[in-house]
Amino acid sequence: MKLKTGIYWGAGCGGCDVAVLDVHEKLLAVAEKMDLLFWPIAMDFKYDDVRARADGEFDIVLYNGAVRNSENEEIAKLLRRKSKVLVALGACAHMGGLPGLANFHTREDILNRVYLESESTVNPEGVIPQERWKKGEEELELPRFYNTVKTLDQVVEVDYYIPGCPPVPSQIISALTAVWEGALPEKGSIIGAGTRTLCDECPRNKEEKEITIFKRPVEMIPEPDKCLLEQGLICLGPVTREGCGARCINSNVPCRGCYGPLDGVSDQGMRMLGALASVLEPKEEKEIDALLSQVVDPLRTFHRFSMAASILRRKKV
Amino acid sequence: MTFEPKIVGFLCNWCSYTGADLAGTARIKYSPNIRTIRVMCSGRIEPTFIIKALFEGADGVLIAGCHPGDCHYQEGNYKALRRYRFFKKILPQYGIEEGRVRLEWVAASEGERFASLVDEFTEEIRNLGPLNIKESIKKAMLDDVIPHAESEHHKGGDANEA
Ligand code: SF4
Ligand code: SF4
Ligand code: FES
Repeated sequence: MKLKTGIYWGAGCGGCDVAVLDVHEKLLAVAEKMDLLFWPIAMDFKYDDVRARADGEFDIVLYNGAVRNSENEEIAKLLRRKSKVLVALGACAHMGGLPGLANFHTREDILNRVYLESESTVNPEGVIPQERWKKGEEELELPRFYNTVKTLDQVVEVDYYIPGCPPVPSQIISALTAVWEGALPEKGSIIGAGTRTLCDECPRNKEEKEITIFKRPVEMIPEPDKCLLEQGLICLGPVTREGCGARCINSNVPCRGCYGPLDGVSDQGMRMLGALASVLEPKEEKEIDALLSQVVDPLRTFHRFSMAASILRRKKV
Repeated sequence: MTFEPKIVGFLCNWCSYTGADLAGTARIKYSPNIRTIRVMCSGRIEPTFIIKALFEGADGVLIAGCHPGDCHYQEGNYKALRRYRFFKKILPQYGIEEGRVRLEWVAASEGERFASLVDEFTEEIRNLGPLNIKESIKKAMLDDVIPHAESEHHKGGDANEA
C-alpha cells in the first residue's frame, strides 16, 4: 500500500520543495512508495481537494515555511486534522527561519516600508492591502498579514522536525524511509540530523579560540583549513546542530545556524552571544567595546533562523 | 498603586553572595526589591538566564561578581564582563532599555556597597518603569488570528495562489 502524502508551503521560499526534488532519481523510489495527493508547488491541487479527504487520511504531510498569515495558519490546521504524521520541514517551519527576522518589526512597519516608502515603490494613492475589498456586488477577502511570524508548532501540534535551510535532500529521504518502515522515533523528535554541534562534524582545525578581530565574509578569503571563528568570522557552528555535513563550512562560508539549536537549548541566539563573548581576547571594558563594535547587527545574526522560536519571539513594541 | 520593581540578582558564590550575606548579618537596610540567585561564578551566567528572567517578569537584572583578578576560577568575571557588554549592546534591538541590566563587582567584605548598589539600581529601575515584556508581546500577537472562524470551511481557494 502506498503512503498518502502531502507537501505544503507556508511562508517559505520554495527551497524546501526544491530540496525534495533534489533527491534526484531517488524520487522515483519515493514515488513508488508514496501517493502524492497534495503538493501545490509541483502539481495543480485545490484546498478543497484536501478538505474532501477524511480526517487522518494523509499518512504524512510535510509542511515547509513559517506561519506568516492567517492562510498559513488555516491550512496548517486543516493539514493537521487530515494527517496522521505532520512534519515541520525546514528551518522556517521548524523555527520561523528567515521570515522570522520580521519579528524585529511590526506589521505596520513592514506594510509601510513595502507599499509606501521603498525606493522602487510608485503608489501615489497610498494603497495598502486590505483584508476585505468591496465594489458593487463583488467582494474579496485576503488573508490577515500577522504582526508576528510563528513557527509551525506555535499553531498546531507537530510530530517531527527536519531542520535545515533547506534540509539536506538525503536527510529528507531517510526521514521518509523511516515513515514507511514504521521506524519513527519518539514524537516531537528532530529527524534527519545529529545530536552534537556542527563544530563536532566540522573538518577544520581548531585551536584555543581568542578572538581579537571580527570580519565579514565579504572582507576576506578565509584560509581553507582553519576554524572560521578563529579567523574572525562569526560562525554559528558552536550553537548549531550537526547534520548538514558542514555544507557552508566546506564552501569556505561560516555557518549561519540553519539546523537550529541542540536539544535542551531554548534560545540559539542567546547561546551564541554567550559562546562568542566567552572567546574574545580583551578583558578591559574599552577594548571589549571596541571589538564588539565590529560585529554588525549581532542580534539578527545570532537569531538569523531562530527568532520566532526564541524566548522572546519578537521585538517588544 | 505605586510600582515596585522586581529585580533578579545573580550573585557569585565566592565574593558577591558573601558580600550580600554580610549586608544581612550586619543588619544593613536595603531595598527589598531584589531576589538573589546564587551562582558559583559570574562567568556561569548565560545571556539566556537574563532574557529568561526579564521574560518571566523581572524589571531589571543585577549581576555581581568578584573584582577583576579575584575570581575564584581566575577568568570567570572577565567572561561575565564580555557577555555583559555584548548583552547591553543587543538589548535595544529587542526594544528593551539597556539600563535594565547592570554588572558590578562586589567583594566579600563589601556588604555596605552591596546594599547601596541595590538601592541605587532599584531607583534606576523604578525610573524606567515596569518592563511587562510577556504582556506586551502577548498583546502584539492579539490580532494574529484567523479573522473568520468559519473560513476553513469556505469553499474554493487555489493552493497554487497561496
Ligand atoms: S566555529 Fe565554524 S569553522 Fe570553527 S569549528 Fe565550529 S563549525 Fe567549524
Ligand atoms: S553550515 Fe550551518 S548554515 Fe550552512 S547548512 Fe549547515 S547548519 Fe545550515
Ligand atoms: S567566583 Fe566570583 S566572579 Fe568568578
